[in-house]
Amino acid sequence: MNGLLDAMALIGRTLFGACLAAGRLVLFAISGISHVVRPPFYGRMFLRAFIEIGYFSLPVVALTAVFTGMVLALQSSTGLSRFSADSAVASLVVLSVTRELGPVLAGLMVAGRVGAAIAAEIGTMRVTDQIDALSTLSTNPMKYLVAPRLLAGLIALPLLVVVADILGVLGGFIIATVKLGFNSELYLANTLNFIQTDDVVSGLAKAAVFGVLITLMGCYQGYNSKGGAQGVGAATTSAVVAASVLILAFDYVLTELFFAR
Amino acid sequence: MNDAIPKIRLRGLCKSFGTKLVLDGIDLDIAPGTSMVVIGGSGSGKSVLLKCILGLIEPDTGTIEIDGVDLLHQDRRGRDETRSRIGMLFQNGALFDSLPVWENVAFGLLAQNRCTRAEAHAKASEVLAQVGLAPNVGDMSPSELSGGMQKRVGLARAIAAQPDILFFDEPTTGLDPIMGAVIDGLIVDCVKRLGSTAVAITHDMASARRIGDRAAMLFKGRIVWQGPATDLMHTGNPMVDQFTHGEREGPIQMELRK
Ligand SMILES: Nc1ncnc2c1ncn2[C@@H]1O[C@H](COP(=O)(O)OP(=O)(O)OP(=O)(O)O)[C@@H](O)[C@H]1O
Ligand SMILES: [Mg+2]
Repeated sequence: MNGLLDAMALIGRTLFGACLAAGRLVLFAISGISHVVRPPFYGRMFLRAFIEIGYFSLPVVALTAVFTGMVLALQSSTGLSRFSADSAVASLVVLSVTRELGPVLAGLMVAGRVGAAIAAEIGTMRVTDQIDALSTLSTNPMKYLVAPRLLAGLIALPLLVVVADILGVLGGFIIATVKLGFNSELYLANTLNFIQTDDVVSGLAKAAVFGVLITLMGCYQGYNSKGGAQGVGAATTSAVVAASVLILAFDYVLTELFFAR
Repeated sequence: MNDAIPKIRLRGLCKSFGTKLVLDGIDLDIAPGTSMVVIGGSGSGKSVLLKCILGLIEPDTGTIEIDGVDLLHQDRRGRDETRSRIGMLFQNGALFDSLPVWENVAFGLLAQNRCTRAEAHAKASEVLAQVGLAPNVGDMSPSELSGGMQKRVGLARAIAAQPDILFFDEPTTGLDPIMGAVIDGLIVDCVKRLGSTAVAITHDMASARRIGDRAAMLFKGRIVWQGPATDLMHTGNPMVDQFTHGEREGPIQMELRK
């Protein structure tokens, strides 16, 4: 009997804890986003975050995209040639890249790079009293540290995904023409035929959401970290894991929203 | 300003972390234009006390009044306004390591839009010189400085905006004796020249007597003694005397664990 009660209590506590954590995150997000639109604005902080997220993530995202496009072309050609549907390779590559793999893979790569860096930086500021120091210097830390990063994520990720889309298609094109011997003009014509504005736009919208998720998790975990270097380490890990899981979950939700009509 | 109203007035301030009671009913008045030195053993809650007044830690109960206005019942804007008049030197410096030293020092001025960046740079060099740092330090990053230099930059940052109230959490710890005396002089100067009110935490009795008009001792979350700083070495209170003379035997039993 007691064991049962204990188990129930444990479940209750866990559920309660989870709700509490989710609530805190939502409040943090609302507060952060509300500071994005209210002055004062910290242009320098935004620029710094934008360069960090957008520019310095370019190599990683570009490489990921090129290889993904190449693999897609290779895989689909071996799968599809049996039905002599070689022309489908072009459409498969362009649709997968723009709708799914571009935003999701770019999101995951950036989560690993930027989410971790943000959590580590803000977490260190927290445990060394720098965040407290900000508020004693007439500066709201949410405005100064969180809002510029959220905005930078929102803008930088779609731009990265534009690059990822182009390079992904290019990767597929290279494999298809060089290795599989497709006619290059026909391949390009097929690609352009199949691609629709909706595909690209939905991918970019996803990217914008992912950008906010990544920076939000980094900021949230860093902001709430405690307990010295170990706490900052834990915050960094949580930020990356949480952002990655959230990206995949939101990917499903957004796909449902865009395409399940 | 009415001298009858203390600059800072604390009543029944309590704060616990979990089950650990850190502040247990602090009552303290600090008159305008004076400097109060707070002494007390390591972990007695001195830093927590300052952070409560700054609003960085929410006290459980009690009132904090600045110029007779109850901070905890003020609206947010009023609180922010009051707090922007307090300058703070953190125990560990808490310098922004992503910014060069001069921007650290001028941060408050820039945040309040009180001057252009060029003016702020000039002002920062001036304040850095006051704390005995060469102008070229301004362009270095805080991580390139020694601990004592970081402390002085923290001090420069706290006084740069010439705040009305100044908090110093161990301003001279980690400085050599001469620099310590210089910093003490600087603090006294700020209080006298700017008419600021200061609260300084220190473990250094010589420095306590130099900077303090009054002194208070914190022990187990309570103020156990307060009086003129000149009396510190012979208060007649066995606890304070043990502390100021650094004796092992006495009413305060250090809990040492292996
Ligand atoms: N954020 C916090 N969470 C939990 N406990 C805390 C926190 N901040 C302080 N404490 C506890 O409060 C007590 C007082 O800490 P405080 O930093 O005020 O000491 P102090 O008097 O400044 O000591 P020192 O002279 O060593 O700086 C300590 O025992 C510390 O463990
Ligand atoms: Mg302390």
